[in-house]
Amino acid sequence: MLRLELEMKLSQLEPGQAGIIKEFTDLEMSVKLMEMGCLPGERIYVERLAPLGDPMAITVSGYQLSLRKFEASTIILQ
Amino acid sequence: MNFDLKVALVGNPNTGKSTVFNALTGLNQKVGNFPGVTVDKKTGTCKLSDSRIAQIIDLPGTYSLYPKSKDETIVLEVLAHRQGPSYPDIIVIVLDASNLKRNLLLFTQVADLKIPVVIALNMTDVAQKAGIEIDIDSLAARLGIQIVPICARKGENIDKLKEAIVNTSLVALQYDTIEVEAIAPELIKKISVEMLIDTPYIALQLAHQHEVLHFITPTQSERIEELEQEFSFHSQKAQAEETIARYNFINDILFDTVKRKTSGTEETVSNRIDKVLTHKIWGFVIFFGVLFVIFQSIFAWSDYPQTLIEQLFIALGNIAHRYLPSGVLTDLLVDGVLAGLSGVLVFIPQIAILFTFISMLEDTGYMARVTFMMDKIMRKVGLNGKSVVPMIGGLACAVPSIMSTRNIENWKDRIITIMVTPLVSCSARLPIYTLLISLVVPAEKVLGFINMQGLALMGMYALSIVSAVLVAWVMKGLIKARERGYFIMELPVYRMPRWDNVGLTVYQKVKAFVLEAGKVIIAISVILWVLASYGPSEKRAEIERKYASKEFRQKYSGEELQHLKASEKLEASYAGIFGKTIEPIIKPLGFDWKIGIALITSFAAREVFVGTMATIYSVNGDETHVESVKQKMAGARNPITGKPVFTFAVAFSLMVFYAFAMQCMSTVAVVYRETKSWKWPVIQIVYMTALAYFSSLIVYQALV
Repeated sequence: MLRLELEMKLSQLEPGQAGIIKEFTDLEMSVKLMEMGCLPGERIYVERLAPLGDPMAITVSGYQLSLRKFEASTIILQ
Repeated sequence: MNFDLKVALVGNPNTGKSTVFNALTGLNQKVGNFPGVTVDKKTGTCKLSDSRIAQIIDLPGTYSLYPKSKDETIVLEVLAHRQGPSYPDIIVIVLDASNLKRNLLLFTQVADLKIPVVIALNMTDVAQKAGIEIDIDSLAARLGIQIVPICARKGENIDKLKEAIVNTSLVALQYDTIEVEAIAPELIKKISVEMLIDTPYIALQLAHQHEVLHFITPTQSERIEELEQEFSFHSQKAQAEETIARYNFINDILFDTVKRKTSGTEETVSNRIDKVLTHKIWGFVIFFGVLFVIFQSIFAWSDYPQTLIEQLFIALGNIAHRYLPSGVLTDLLVDGVLAGLSGVLVFIPQIAILFTFISMLEDTGYMARVTFMMDKIMRKVGLNGKSVVPMIGGLACAVPSIMSTRNIENWKDRIITIMVTPLVSCSARLPIYTLLISLVVPAEKVLGFINMQGLALMGMYALSIVSAVLVAWVMKGLIKARERGYFIMELPVYRMPRWDNVGLTVYQKVKAFVLEAGKVIIAISVILWVLASYGPSEKRAEIERKYASKEFRQKYSGEELQHLKASEKLEASYAGIFGKTIEPIIKPLGFDWKIGIALITSFAAREVFVGTMATIYSVNGDETHVESVKQKMAGARNPITGKPVFTFAVAFSLMVFYAFAMQCMSTVAVVYRETKSWKWPVIQIVYMTALAYFSSLIVYQALV
């Protein structure tokens, strides 16, 4: 039987899209992300990408944060 | 200086912490060093209302007591070391009211260290505009501490903050935040008992960070490691658990004390500015425009004050020579010390101009966008988005540029930027390039409009940039990073720069350069002066005799005699002897011993090359007489073969050597100051000299 992977990573969102944080795939990175306000249950809105496509700028808990696509790929959205 | 109270200032980056520091201390500031890290230790004094004097220590901005970079470790180092020299009596934590949740994370950590703490709640006006209403009294009651709403930019309520410091009890009264012991009960207990620590959170922090804290002895560190094994403590899991617990605590409190009016999805001003400044095309156009303005300003505006400083010192030297008794001491004072001092002060205009721009870019929030835009390209070669500014600044002068690498948080990126910036051709190489190019490249035009000489000069600059990028790429693989490189960075909202902050930054940078790098520069210039003016005594006596003889005095005019004598004296000096000694080594590059002497003397500064050439060829070396140096050099013949010394091959070999060699003691001194060790300047001198030698060798052997 075929199971569809429905998990969405933050790095897959386009500018203008939003998602809610479910969990992280990298423990060390997750500590830093949580310190910066990226907590499970928090809504993330993708503001824009850098002119060369990486890093990305997001709005989370009322302020703007930039992170590399690789770092964004450790955030799993609901 | 005596003070009655020590106050540490902590807070997130971009919360206006340094503005609070400036408002509290004014001009009573001092910049020193924290041991082991490259953060400036900014301290200042502040007179309190009860006439006590408080020492304010500004700690680096951080989001958490768990450091993201080596420099951030200093926060815990200071706050957890009870016997330490900087351990504060009171902490003032600056919080951004418009972003209270994230800011309170650091507060709860700091509060659990059980040092008396006061909150300075900054940017309440911004929060109000964003529709955030904070019930300050009930928030203060819930946390058990004093909260002072301030507006640091306008200087509002700074008096009340001072009063709150006076009213703070010297016993920590804040309530517990989370149940720290629950994170690792046995471990915290064991560490507390064995190391005599009465604060559970400090015990927990020691478990996490014992390896990086300097006040923990290796034996203690080993013991903590053992205990961690015993209780199977997992640092990152514990950190994640703690952070989540803290946010739960914060959410509970904020739920009762902060009301947020649901504002619409109205686009902020910052966002609209970002649409232009980080635009695919305009973003780069504007950024390169900004770089162009900075570069032009350093070139154009520093020229006049620099000439003024140089002339002032020449005048001072003349006066000293006239009024002081002639002798060794006067020579040392004038030609060694005064010349060295002039060499230090001459950098002030460039440092001041570059840091005016850089602190403006930092203050407005634009620097974060530069990092954001350039990260992808710069990361590929091992550099940081912020490396662009120092490297472009390097076209003018490496000294202020290397000082500006401070704002690169990542240690490895910063070191690589420092290591490659001196490869970028600075303005001191320009006189050497123009002199040598005009010697061997015809002033002709190709295709009717391209000036050959200009083309050659452009080639030298292109070579320098390409080599800097290549070396950075190589170093990316060679240097091991001690920390993982994160790019999780706040993009602060755009603000107007605060001119008093800009002024203070410039003042501090200039002061730091003069006081710290200045010592090294003066020391080296005195050594070089000794090398170039002294030699074996019998040889010098012989020259004195020769030029005192009647025969010589009749043959030459007074001025000619002076120049000839200076030339021979230099040849007989230690520098001259050294130049001759290294001739076999530099011969494969096409250099003779005369060029060898110039290589040695111009270690002080590259532009000395022209002056040394003038002395060696016994002509007047003033700037107005460059033509005569050129003629002499063009006419110089090899005594054995009779062919010209400065051929096309030799000139290009020499230019490539100067492009790559670390011929600048001021840069060496500044790299030492910025890396806090001699390791990196030594590595830099070695690799740049090797690069210069082998590149020149290849160029000469290919062209000859």
